[in-house]
Amino acid sequence: MTREDPFGVVLFESVSHALRAEKIIKAENIPCKLIPVPRQLSSDCGICLRFSTLHKEQVESALAGKLDFFEVALL
Amino acid sequence: MEVVYLDNAATSFPKPEATLEAMMRYQRAIGGSPGRSGHRLSIEAGRVVLDTRDTLARLFNVEDPLRIVFTKNATEALNIALIGLLRPGDHAITTGMEHNAVMRPLRFLASRGVELSVVPCSDRGELDPEDIRAAFRTNTRAVVLTHASNVTGTIMPVQEIGVLTRERGDMVLCVDAAQTAGALPVDVEAMAVDLLAFTGHKSLYGPQGTGGLYIRKGLDEKIAPLMRGGTGSRSEFEDQPDFMPDKYESGTPNTIGLAGLGAGAAFILEQGVEAVREKEEALTRRFLHHLQDLRGDVTVYGPPAAQKRIPLISFNLRDITPSDAALYLDEQWGIMCRPGLHCAPAAHRTIGTFPQGTVRFSFGFFNTEEHVDLAAEALRRLLRG
Ligand SMILES: Cc1ncc(COP(=O)(O)O)c(C=O)c1O
Repeated sequence: MTREDPFGVVLFESVSHALRAEKIIKAENIPCKLIPVPRQLSSDCGICLRFSTLHKEQVESALAGKLDFFEVALL
Repeated sequence: MEVVYLDNAATSFPKPEATLEAMMRYQRAIGGSPGRSGHRLSIEAGRVVLDTRDTLARLFNVEDPLRIVFTKNATEALNIALIGLLRPGDHAITTGMEHNAVMRPLRFLASRGVELSVVPCSDRGELDPEDIRAAFRTNTRAVVLTHASNVTGTIMPVQEIGVLTRERGDMVLCVDAAQTAGALPVDVEAMAVDLLAFTGHKSLYGPQGTGGLYIRKGLDEKIAPLMRGGTGSRSEFEDQPDFMPDKYESGTPNTIGLAGLGAGAAFILEQGVEAVREKEEALTRRFLHHLQDLRGDVTVYGPPAAQKRIPLISFNLRDITPSDAALYLDEQWGIMCRPGLHCAPAAHRTIGTFPQGTVRFSFGFFNTEEHVDLAAEALRRLLRG
């Protein structure tokens, strides 16, 4: 994943949730990175999980049922 | 003189190298505040804390690691659980073997209108689950008990009591695992435990200043937090978050301590709780055999079988006071033990040793047969005068 790829982010209510999501996504070998929440979005915790839009469905299904998340936003 | 440390029930010593290394690594190379800032050192600190949660979740068979709240010790965890849960008019049941970490919050709540029953135990510290059932009332909200006594070492029938509280549905089982987390298998599902308080600095081989509380799903809605403050989440709101674990984790945590706790708990998982238990039970059995030889001069408290106790033995020596014995063992033999009441006056009343107390030896993972034999030899010499 390079910075230029179109990306999406998953927003969480707490950093603990974001870190746990990172572990789950990485265990599925989906590239992702924790970043500060982009300014145009508002989120409850300061960090979010960035992924390439190519992996949107994989990310959503990896997290489904395992962890609460607020929303998946495409930027 | 080599120091022989036999006070592991107070706090374990020494710690595994891995515990110290994890703490050094965190403070040398990471150092950030977890979940506060979003830069890489803050995120890495958050990972350290989450890894510790994951490790403990595995150890206690907790499905969702975020149901574990970190505290500074078991005492804080028990206060969150009891003060947060019990309201005037509720009835709570506990036992005659409790540590003051349970008894004092419950006595405080009793002074504020909570009804309290203290179920008596035998003079070996044994509890009959039927006596717990007999104490049930229509307004019984919780059964609160230790998993093992820090005075007699007696292992309590938590699983049997879990069956009784589960039958009642609305009843909460709150277990003080200060003495057992890491030393005995603890499975919150198999044991039907709703609230599990543990401390990090005993058999989990973390540093002092660490501990936590497992809260069963849904129960957090009924437990008000003890403290409120910054959590790094929901920063735009002035109300306390209502989700786990942030609801109960206000303020910058003890990240360096949690780094050590994670490594200590991982060390126990690597060894295997069963293997640790086997080793410590063997040391206990060996020491009990030595005491058998001295039986005319020594009164041993608690169950006679090592299998029924954690690696802890309380005793009295003829007419020698516990404090005199402890001073002699320290000065003449370099043996560290704990005399007195062990913060558990109720338990000493139960076994008939209040107020003078007992001498307590408690073994840990790093004790050896040589330590046990030396301790027995020291007692023999002391008795010979
Ligand atoms: C049975 C029992 N409960 C609770 C505690 C309290 O643990 P902490 O002092 O770490 O809060 C202890 C030990 O001190 C204990 O032995």
